[in-house]
Amino acid sequence: MPSETPDSPAPPPSEARSLWGVTLAPVVWSVHFLACYITAAVYCEKFATRQASLGPVRVAVAAYTAAAVLAIAVVGWRAARRLRGAHGERPYDEATPVDQARFLAFATLLLSLLSLVATFYVAAVAAFVTTCQ
Amino acid sequence: MTDHAENAPPGSGDPTPEEQAHADAQAERLLDAWRTPPGWRYMSAVNNTEVGLWYTATAGVFFLFAGVLALLIRVQLAVPGNDFISADLYNQVFTMHGSVMMFLFAVPIFEAVSILLLPEMLGARDLPFPRLSQYGYYCFLIGGVFVCGSIFFGAAPQGGWFMYPPMTTKYQTGIGADIWLLGLSFIEIASIAAAVELIVGALKCRPPGMRIHMIPLYAWYLLVVAAMILFAFPPLIAGDILLEMERAFDWPFFDPDRGGDPLLWQHLFWIFGHPEVYIVFLPSVALMATIVPTFARTPLVGYTWVVLAAVGTGFLSFGLWVHHMFTTGLPGVTLGVFSAASQAVAIPTGIQLFCFLATLLAGRVVASVPMMFVFASLATFVFGGLTGVMVAVAPFDFQAHDSFFVVGHLHYVLVGGTIFPIVGGLYYYFPFLMSRRLSDRLGKIAFWLLLVGFNVTFLPMHWTGLLGMPRRVFTYPAGIGFDLLNLVSSVGAFVLAAGFAVVVWDVLRPKKHEPLPKWNLWNSGGLEWIGDIPDEPWGVRSIPVITGRYPLWDQPNLKQDVGLGRYYLPDAEEGLRETLVTSVIDAKPLQVLRVPGPSFLPMITAALTGGVFIFGTYHWWTLAALSGLGSFTAILTWLWTGTAWVPEKPEKYIGLGKSVPLYASGPQAVGWWAMFITMLGDITAYISLVFGYFFYWTIRDDFPPDPYPGPAAAGPLVGLGLLAGAYAATILARRWNRTASAARLYGALGAAVVLTLGGVVSLVGGTLSDGLDPTADAYSAIVWVLVGWTALHAVLGAVMQAYCAARRWAGKMTPDCDADIVNVTLFWHFVALTAAITVAVVVGFPMVA
Repeated sequence: MPSETPDSPAPPPSEARSLWGVTLAPVVWSVHFLACYITAAVYCEKFATRQASLGPVRVAVAAYTAAAVLAIAVVGWRAARRLRGAHGERPYDEATPVDQARFLAFATLLLSLLSLVATFYVAAVAAFVTTCQ
Repeated sequence: MTDHAENAPPGSGDPTPEEQAHADAQAERLLDAWRTPPGWRYMSAVNNTEVGLWYTATAGVFFLFAGVLALLIRVQLAVPGNDFISADLYNQVFTMHGSVMMFLFAVPIFEAVSILLLPEMLGARDLPFPRLSQYGYYCFLIGGVFVCGSIFFGAAPQGGWFMYPPMTTKYQTGIGADIWLLGLSFIEIASIAAAVELIVGALKCRPPGMRIHMIPLYAWYLLVVAAMILFAFPPLIAGDILLEMERAFDWPFFDPDRGGDPLLWQHLFWIFGHPEVYIVFLPSVALMATIVPTFARTPLVGYTWVVLAAVGTGFLSFGLWVHHMFTTGLPGVTLGVFSAASQAVAIPTGIQLFCFLATLLAGRVVASVPMMFVFASLATFVFGGLTGVMVAVAPFDFQAHDSFFVVGHLHYVLVGGTIFPIVGGLYYYFPFLMSRRLSDRLGKIAFWLLLVGFNVTFLPMHWTGLLGMPRRVFTYPAGIGFDLLNLVSSVGAFVLAAGFAVVVWDVLRPKKHEPLPKWNLWNSGGLEWIGDIPDEPWGVRSIPVITGRYPLWDQPNLKQDVGLGRYYLPDAEEGLRETLVTSVIDAKPLQVLRVPGPSFLPMITAALTGGVFIFGTYHWWTLAALSGLGSFTAILTWLWTGTAWVPEKPEKYIGLGKSVPLYASGPQAVGWWAMFITMLGDITAYISLVFGYFFYWTIRDDFPPDPYPGPAAAGPLVGLGLLAGAYAATILARRWNRTASAARLYGALGAAVVLTLGGVVSLVGGTLSDGLDPTADAYSAIVWVLVGWTALHAVLGAVMQAYCAARRWAGKMTPDCDADIVNVTLFWHFVALTAAITVAVVVGFPMVA
């Protein structure tokens, strides 16, 4: 029968929490991506000329990247730990809670790796581009 | 394992005569509940098999229509200086070709096929909101006919499928652009409705045992794509609102002379437009992920890797939109950021293709027509993907932009990635849909015509483009190197068309005299093949417990056990349509969901909703308003009579020793999820409008203008306070509905309505009293859009509050059965957030800036 729903705005329902967890690393990538884009766009449009040095933006991107890499690493490391803790049997495709936990952990880990690579791709731009040109 | 009872095998083996008789009686009752309405009432069917079929067929017709337009383009371009069609008509033809292919075929066909297949793949009786499916279908049909029909009156849009202003504001004053904006917005709403339905279906309507790591890969792709629709379409709807407001009411969002900027449209369009490419591509990959294991006779290699690829692509595809805007003069660092993401998306895309190749290597591949199309798709898509990586490199794009190179590239991606798998899927699933086979011989002829015709058409375009031929020109002079290449492309187009003609003939040719195909003729492991041929309309005879990813391979007795009703919900004792709702991760049974049966109401509602958009196109405001009122009434009637039924008993026995509730509210319930998901899309559209506000601030020095035109703080702040009060009263009403007397509930809801309306008056009145003129400049216009959006949501919220009071009064909502007020409260979480952001932006930001 009707269950208690929390009052705060639209919290993730507890039964889906680990599915949200799978998307954590790509969400960090998205935030990092938007932060880099918005910082560069606002700086170049609002506060600098086309020939101006991108210095402050590059410092900001370095900071964002450090934070994002740290966050993704934590997500990935926790997933790796859960993966080691889930002692299923190959090929891990049984309809059991153990294989389910393994799947969620492995998917989280893989997405962390992809997000890490994609984050570095974006950060690399700030390493090579030096002006608002 | 905690769920022994769930996984215990039912009595297997051949049935005793008693069991058989019992099963037959059950089947009879089930059939009565699920029978498709006969005769003209067939149009009122809501079952996924019917609506999905109409949807697929209609999308197919639109595809053929757009294909004929493409042939007109190729005839016109076959020789230099051709006057086969005028420049004006040519503009309409290529605009309609692109728009119809993208909006009336590529996205709807995914939703159509998914509406058809998903419940069958999940062993569900139907999707959770069958009437919403029917509503979406009729919206699609009405909107599609409206948009397509315009070309017969010479009134079709001419701005290209991406409708860039100022071309579509200053230079095209006919109603073409309005038809595009309003007609397609109408269809986009239907697309979002289908996305909501499919997400909830995939998450909540799975059979017991089908845990999150057991679901068919098709469902994973579908989840990702539907989620992408949810975040990609709203920015376009926001853009449509702005562009239509400029065209209809002269609000200057894209007019640089009055503080606007046409680039805002490009941003909003491509925030939609690039994910759109993956929205149409991933479902076809999903089809391949379904077809490949069947013919490789082995499970797909790397299940988790494919999930990674689907989810990863879904995210990364939102970081690519500016690569369509490389030549707009943005700073190099911006181009770099988007170029980087464009390269990164190749990683997950490659991973899934390698998984397919690995599966083909691991298994023993059985030759078949669907597999031929899979191979053609892989080769063609990889080619298109590689030219995609080329144009993702900004300096190369500077050369190739807006040339035929891009036309070649995008058709390799779309035809290779999307169309070939769909044709393969048609050959694969036709026996499942129509209980007849398509011809292998015709399939092979069609395959070679399509493959050869496609490459002869589109490969030369890469050279035509590199030689400098721009896209969208209606003719070209002779002797500058374009002649032969264009002629070859035009010949190829007719070979391609011949291939599609063979497919159409194969589908339409009479097959009554042919024998029925054998059960599960491809020997697939997928649950969708479990039904008899021809199948009954009940979806599945009983809802099984799943123990493997390929149930028909992994569970040998499954067909017999399911067919004899040995699993869940084998009966319809009350004569009602029922399906099982399970938990998101573990797929544990939570509720028996009673789904509504046939009705004309969604069709009528769709027609009335369509009226708003269609009459609006012609500025017939009275008719549009009347239609809107009718649509509003119809929706309320639909909700009142067709949703959140209070059951006659709290629980129902579903078989295998298990009873589950008949009613649920909150996160257990499908309605709560639908509201939550819809509001995610809604707030995405709103955030896109807020993005517009800050976009203007970023690029304009006079934003907000000097002297400051308003709004003053008082009105909006008081409005926000009143809306916060209404929000609190709504939350209180939800609690009091459960714990207190009905009188207190009515009191709280009454107060909430009054506070809401007061809040709206204060918010709008405060803005109005400053004399902020939305036609004066883009600043005033965007402030008005944000305020108007908030006010509209609040007024809807007030209707919902009054609705809940009426429901309780009529006994349709009780202290125990409270889905209405719980969902309305969820809506109000978002209204409160919207109001807070609006006031912070329109009042707070100018103070800071």
